[in-house]
Amino acid sequence: MGNEQDALNLVNEQVEYKWVGTRPIRPDGADKVTGRATFGADIDLPGMLTGVVIRSPHAHARIISIDTSAAAALPGVLGIVTGADLPELPNEIAAGGEAPINFRSVSENAIARRKALYDGHAVAAVAATSVEIAHEAAALIKVNYEVLPHVINVLDAMAEDAPVLHDDLITKGLEPAPTKASNIAGKVEFAMGDIEKGFAESDVIIERSYTTEAVHQGYIEPHAVVASVAADGMVNIWCSSQGQFMVREFCAKLLGMDIGRIRVTPAEIGGGFGGKTTVYLEPLAVVLAQKSGRPVRMVMTRGEVMRATGPTSGTHVHVKLGAKRDGTFVAGEMVLKYQAGAYPGSPAFLGGMTGFSCYELPNAKAVCWDVVSNRPKCAAYRAPGAPMASFGVESAIDELAQTLGMDPLELRLKNAAKEGTATIYGPKFLKIGYLETLLAAKAHPHWSAPLGPNQGRGIASGFWFNVGGPSSASVHVNEDGSVSVVTGNPDIGGSRASMAIMAAEVLGMDLSKVKPLIGDTGQIAYSFLTGGSRVTFATGMAVCDAAKDVVRQLRTRAAKMWKVTPEDVEWRDGSAFCTKVEEGKERAPLTLAAIAHGAARTGGPISGNVSINAAGAGPGFGTHICDVEVDPETGATRVIRYTAIQDVGRAIHPSYVEGQLQGGAVQGIGWALNEEYVYDANGRLQNTGFLDYRMPVASDLPMIDTVLVEVPNPGHPYGVRGVGEVPIVPPLAAVANAVSHAVGLRLTSLPISPPKLLAAIDGAKAAG
Amino acid sequence: MATVILQTEFARRYTGGQTRLTVAATDYSALIETLEARFPGFEESLQGGMAVAIDGEIYQSPLLEKIGAESEVHFLPPIGGG
Repeated sequence: MGNEQDALNLVNEQVEYKWVGTRPIRPDGADKVTGRATFGADIDLPGMLTGVVIRSPHAHARIISIDTSAAAALPGVLGIVTGADLPELPNEIAAGGEAPINFRSVSENAIARRKALYDGHAVAAVAATSVEIAHEAAALIKVNYEVLPHVINVLDAMAEDAPVLHDDLITKGLEPAPTKASNIAGKVEFAMGDIEKGFAESDVIIERSYTTEAVHQGYIEPHAVVASVAADGMVNIWCSSQGQFMVREFCAKLLGMDIGRIRVTPAEIGGGFGGKTTVYLEPLAVVLAQKSGRPVRMVMTRGEVMRATGPTSGTHVHVKLGAKRDGTFVAGEMVLKYQAGAYPGSPAFLGGMTGFSCYELPNAKAVCWDVVSNRPKCAAYRAPGAPMASFGVESAIDELAQTLGMDPLELRLKNAAKEGTATIYGPKFLKIGYLETLLAAKAHPHWSAPLGPNQGRGIASGFWFNVGGPSSASVHVNEDGSVSVVTGNPDIGGSRASMAIMAAEVLGMDLSKVKPLIGDTGQIAYSFLTGGSRVTFATGMAVCDAAKDVVRQLRTRAAKMWKVTPEDVEWRDGSAFCTKVEEGKERAPLTLAAIAHGAARTGGPISGNVSINAAGAGPGFGTHICDVEVDPETGATRVIRYTAIQDVGRAIHPSYVEGQLQGGAVQGIGWALNEEYVYDANGRLQNTGFLDYRMPVASDLPMIDTVLVEVPNPGHPYGVRGVGEVPIVPPLAAVANAVSHAVGLRLTSLPISPPKLLAAIDGAKAAG
Repeated sequence: MATVILQTEFARRYTGGQTRLTVAATDYSALIETLEARFPGFEESLQGGMAVAIDGEIYQSPLLEKIGAESEVHFLPPIGGG
């Protein structure tokens, strides 16, 4: 009850805006539905070659030699690249999508050097005048491999006798440091309170292990790039990515070039979800373009996307949760073992930081292990690392509620984090809205709707930090009073609409007169990539600041036209009003168009340009309710009702925000029920297409209902919180909890595929 | 005096196990200078890209951030996203 009262006491400013919170038609919509939008694979340059990649068929193999002579002799082949063409890099750490990245690993992942470390690892690439010749040439490249023993799964990879991928990989975070290489890249711990004392004081303890499989982001658009090199050596790249500045920086590092010698133009992007926060084809295309002197286009097949680009980690998570008999949480412990893929850098530490963060937990500990194995290097995927940890914790909470005979929602309400709650990673929360999501769930008709036979209901919550970081924006006033808003972030989730809305709101002008644009790396100052749910928050803040600067300039220009001071000018509803009263002088308001038209006479073009390093990203919380129906004869599970509730701070364009919640929920449902990588005994991926790698489609699911809770973030002019990450965190446990209630068995291993569930049901029957 | 709170593992390696430190500093830069003087090697330990939380607000590049007399400072791994 105390927590509910605290929630009611939170101030939820209800400010009315003209554009913020409205649902205008998306600016990119018409081009996308009519096929006019230009994606990476649509770029076409005169004389362009086609590049294809030769990939390892082995999970783990030493590359003895690569003979390209026959391919090079084939008419129409104009360029070949192998690992020998890229510089050897030292270990150098930089900010990545989900965690710091090592450029040496990025380079070796883009094209193998001494060893191929997974099925699909690039070992060479060829550019030719046609796709047929390119494939013929690829078949002529002879790679001599020494096949080595491989290891796929995380627990196997941690075993003492596991085949070791990197003979120089010494586990970080252990003291004393090991003297022998292993597949364990690192260990990180987070702790608060006294965990032993906490468990000793607990009346009830739930302890289980949970597993999840590696899953792919499943973006519809495969990776695609066009690279061209000018006569002066200047490199131009057009590609689908989550950050043109990231592509520029990574290519410069990998190729030993100056950043200023590379210009990257972002194409439209057909989905990323974190998977396009690194480079794969881009450096290879540049080298092929340099060698051939012709533009080169490279487009992955779906099979290449699945075999060679980053999924998120498969995991083994052990959770121990202790509570008092009244449901008060006392202690929690997690041991997280995450697959990194072939190179270090799993999001295990983010699982450790997020798993318990929805709750007041005085004693907590998380031990996080980062483990390499013969799989493609993992990449970021919405709220990297959090869904797997949350699956364990939220399942344990559900089981605790069953054990205590409590309503699982009331148990969460009793222990919910709020302003001032300490996190396992250190800081205390500022203003957050987790309680509000639980109260909205409690009030939602879904929570109290009756269930039928073989049906079950699950609830789960999730947390993500959200981030800010460097962003730039330019707001240009055109001669006719229309406005261009230029930013440096590819639009993945509707950011153009949000940027236009915020600019129109600050300028007080008609939204239809605001055109949002995405600049290439030569047109706008640096912005960190589109990820971490940061763009509407951080880049949006830059847009607001740039628009405010434009308003300041407009007041100054109006003052000049009226021969008064800027302090005598007020800006409202898109026009300047003179507040100075002088007898005999009538000063009618000046519209933005009128000031823009006369700009040449009052000082020249009007433009606001802002670069910021945004802090103040408000954390996000969500709570999901899921109903399922299980067919006990087949083990098939059908989601029959789903409600996603989230504190979104302030929804700039609610339709896009609802779409983020729906998309995250659907991806999480796929993770929970169907998706997994299937390897054969030789470590070769068997399900490389969407027929075999089963993601949910519209006909599989009910309409995902959404509830936008708005607890404004005080760190943003309009109260924005990032929204894209949180909605994939709760579904894994929400679905698993629902299935567990439907069948009366606790399901701890994802995906809960029909064969696995049927085996569990039959096993329980056999056990009596 | 601001309070710096470190994770146990980090403290074991860099501050002789001290998890709670008090530091007189008005900005992040001065705070790090003071900690480096007290625990040589501390600054280098942050080179991997540690983020910092000052009074609950997380900063990825905190060089110029102000530190209050009652501030609470935590170091944590840098956070990205998908």
